[in-house]
Amino acid sequence: MSGGDPAGPDPAGRDPRPAGADPGGTAPRARVPLRRLRALIGAVPFFAFIAVFLLVPTLVVAVGAFGGAGGTVTLANLTSLGDGYVRDAFVRSIVLSASTALLGAVLGALLAYALVTARPDGLLRRVVSSACGVLAQFGGVTLAFAFIATIGLSGFVTTFLRDQLGVDIYSSGVWLFELPGLVLVYTYFQIPLMVIVFLPALDGIRPQWREATASLGGSTWYYWTRVAAPLLAPAFLGATLLLFANAFSAYATAAALVSQGAPIVPLQISNALTSEVILGRENVGKAMALGMVVVVAVVMWLYALLQKRTSRWLG
Amino acid sequence: MAGLIARRRRRQALFRWVVVAVLAVFFLLPLVAMFEFTTRGTGGHRTLATWRLLVHWGELAATYPSLWDGMKNSFGLVLFTVLLMLVLLVPTVVWVRLRLPGLRRVVEFLCLLPLTIPAIVLVVGLAPVYAWVVYFLGDSTLTLTFAYTVLVLPYAYRAIDAGLSAIDVRTLAEAARSLGAGWGTVMVRVVLPNIRSAVLSAVFLSVALVLGEFTIASLLSRTNVQVAINLLGKSSATMSVAVSLASLILAFLLLFVLSFAGRRRRSGTTPGDHS
Amino acid sequence: MRSTLVRGRALLAVVGLVLAVTACSPPAKTNSAAATDAGKAKSAADLGGMDKLVAAAKKEGTLNVIALPPDWANYGEIIKAFGDKYSIKVNSAQPDASSQEEITAASQLKGQAGAPDVFDLGTAVALANVAKYAPYKVATWNDVPDSRKEASGLWINDYAGYMSIGYNAGKVPAPTSLADLLGPAYKGAVALNGDPTKAGAAFNGVVMAALASGGSADDIAKGVDFFAQLKKAGNLLPVDPTPATIESGQTPVVFDWDYNNVAQATKLKGKIDWKTFIPSGAAVAGYYVQAINADAPHPAAARLWEEFLYSDQGQNLYLKGAARPVRVDAMQKGGTLDTAAFSALPAAAGTPVVLTDAQTQKAKDYLAANWAKAIG
Repeated sequence: MSGGDPAGPDPAGRDPRPAGADPGGTAPRARVPLRRLRALIGAVPFFAFIAVFLLVPTLVVAVGAFGGAGGTVTLANLTSLGDGYVRDAFVRSIVLSASTALLGAVLGALLAYALVTARPDGLLRRVVSSACGVLAQFGGVTLAFAFIATIGLSGFVTTFLRDQLGVDIYSSGVWLFELPGLVLVYTYFQIPLMVIVFLPALDGIRPQWREATASLGGSTWYYWTRVAAPLLAPAFLGATLLLFANAFSAYATAAALVSQGAPIVPLQISNALTSEVILGRENVGKAMALGMVVVVAVVMWLYALLQKRTSRWLG
Repeated sequence: MAGLIARRRRRQALFRWVVVAVLAVFFLLPLVAMFEFTTRGTGGHRTLATWRLLVHWGELAATYPSLWDGMKNSFGLVLFTVLLMLVLLVPTVVWVRLRLPGLRRVVEFLCLLPLTIPAIVLVVGLAPVYAWVVYFLGDSTLTLTFAYTVLVLPYAYRAIDAGLSAIDVRTLAEAARSLGAGWGTVMVRVVLPNIRSAVLSAVFLSVALVLGEFTIASLLSRTNVQVAINLLGKSSATMSVAVSLASLILAFLLLFVLSFAGRRRRSGTTPGDHS
Repeated sequence: MRSTLVRGRALLAVVGLVLAVTACSPPAKTNSAAATDAGKAKSAADLGGMDKLVAAAKKEGTLNVIALPPDWANYGEIIKAFGDKYSIKVNSAQPDASSQEEITAASQLKGQAGAPDVFDLGTAVALANVAKYAPYKVATWNDVPDSRKEASGLWINDYAGYMSIGYNAGKVPAPTSLADLLGPAYKGAVALNGDPTKAGAAFNGVVMAALASGGSADDIAKGVDFFAQLKKAGNLLPVDPTPATIESGQTPVVFDWDYNNVAQATKLKGKIDWKTFIPSGAAVAGYYVQAINADAPHPAAARLWEEFLYSDQGQNLYLKGAARPVRVDAMQKGGTLDTAAFSALPAAAGTPVVLTDAQTQKAKDYLAANWAKAIG
């Protein structure tokens, strides 16, 4: 413990040295691999479980993406991803996911902050976080139905606005069944998800830090940009990434709302896998799923880059 | 200083109530629309017949037997999935943070993978695995626990990671170790109590996910509460919307009760004193 | 450095092993259902008569059906009647599944007790998967015309319907022809039951639109154009119509099989006045196909189910659901047809059109190339 980082303990835990490592580096070399092995064993149950129930299914799908008719190996499925329509679907999916991720992240963070300012044991926080837990997973046919019943062409809010206030929200076209509508409906479960996932990070902010900043003459702006934001940034970015992936692979809600024309990738995949009109495209569906994994891997890489940038903010 | 704090608290309270009120309207409107639909009766009258049938449980279970089976299965699945998630994920995330920081990005990507693959495709991959699971463990619906634990990983990981990033876990662990604690004690008695709210968030998300999951159970021809509701919807639209709404309310009550398990003893913090 | 390499290789080995193991199927149970007497029976006579079949089915005690929504061709009542008559528990899985998903479920659940026993498929998927069926000829085999069954008993048509337009008479005016739907009274009102490149019902909806707009079974371009115009006029709703959207008035006009629309009308009597209309000269008929899974976990129950469906009782239950049973001519001659239900069927003026394989292929190709562009 002594002789460690002279600047003091690293609050965000980013010190790469394993805990208890000999800072002088004089331990015999044989001990380091043994320690790593012992450390690895601790992670074995998780990795074994993941290997069987996640990696194997992913590999089955990935291998299937290269399968052709009658068991041959082919790249045709992957090259078909370059088709104009599939490319458009990918672009629309990415735009939809990115916009709902950002919208959900910002509004969700605001709501989470509002909750954190309330009494930690109080009714408001319990009620709102339970509601968010439930609504974060609410989706599919029922959500689409509920939205159409609310602001669909004959929804009660639409009729109220039209009859009582003279406002026709569909005067420039029915946007509910296009991208803007999907964004609105997706935000319905993105905001609660953000609240649930981001709340633990906000809980870690100590009130003493605010007081310390104030007593040292810092303004609210200074506190938020120089003290709180750098600490919250990793969790915020991670949660936004989760929101992105959540929207990217969401299928059931879009299927109920926009069942014509498969504008986004999960709907394209469903078409390929379950169509009873155009048969034999299952492997194209698997290739599209592989494409989705690649997109999310790229987004994760960008996120890791961003994390490194924001960590410099602190140090 | 006291006047400053009081002013800040008032502003916070105002901010809090405005945000909550605006978002509450946004979230409640669709639910109100659902409720309104369930009260539609013949001839344009309002009726609570659907809800009355829902409350008469015996009649309901007789008319729609798969609903009761689905609910039993779902509750079993919730229990086992949460347990498996807590036993498998929480220690691993903490362990990786403390002892295997090089694997952190790998674990992060693996925990995001289930969310990148749409469920309909995941089932294509899960089917051969489940052929083996059924061979070893029989074909009870409860074996879906494994698939659900995988589905829950992205959300649970993110919640626990957020909680861990807020505490100085490395220092805590080093301090405990230097005082002679074994890794078990570090995990259970040092780290876990500090990430209580994060673990609770992870449990919330797991419960909600398992209760709301439909696709995988349906495609593997198992019965859970959402599959039963879907079948119900084919016979009676108002009934299925009413059951959906009821299951949302029940899940909400369940989570509300669970939130009392995460009681926080933050002595030295006066309420409302955040930031 | 070395440890990373070792770790990497070890990881790869483990993954490879796990993949190899799980990619193979688990060993089959010693007494596979397909190898039993019931699994090999090609008719009731093979088992020693109907009574022996009933006894074998009761012994199995369960039947797994798939993709049979209760309000589709009265399957709800058929399932209940079968279950009550023979005291067999019927598990109805995945009511929303498409025909392709039925086949997928059969291969994914192969060998498990939850695998589907029988299929009810659209023609395209049925003909592409003949290798998966077990041949069986029901007692009333000879009543079914040759064009409606496969010679060795691998599959047989069970019921048919005409493509129709269902509409909410209280919300929109009654259409007298297809072109009426392009008018302003139907703004944001018309929904198609699925995407035509995906769902058989929607595919036939486009064919019907083609026939009613001056096209033909050989050229459905006019049908696609009709929907493109519908979209431009703002009348097309991309929403997936369900019983809930129909009942709540969100989808006032739905293209679907006539038996589905009639079933909705019956269900919503008193709440919504749902009427069914088949444009004259555009009677597109669609037959569905019944087949038994060769790997059915309950082969005797599967065969008894088929016997029940093709008995007078089963066929009349289809008729009650406004589907046209395949034995209709024989039953009319034999006097066992439910004449009241028969006369209540929606009127279809003009000769019924059933697409040939070549026409279907041409239509599919045209749709695959043009549908998304037309309504996108």
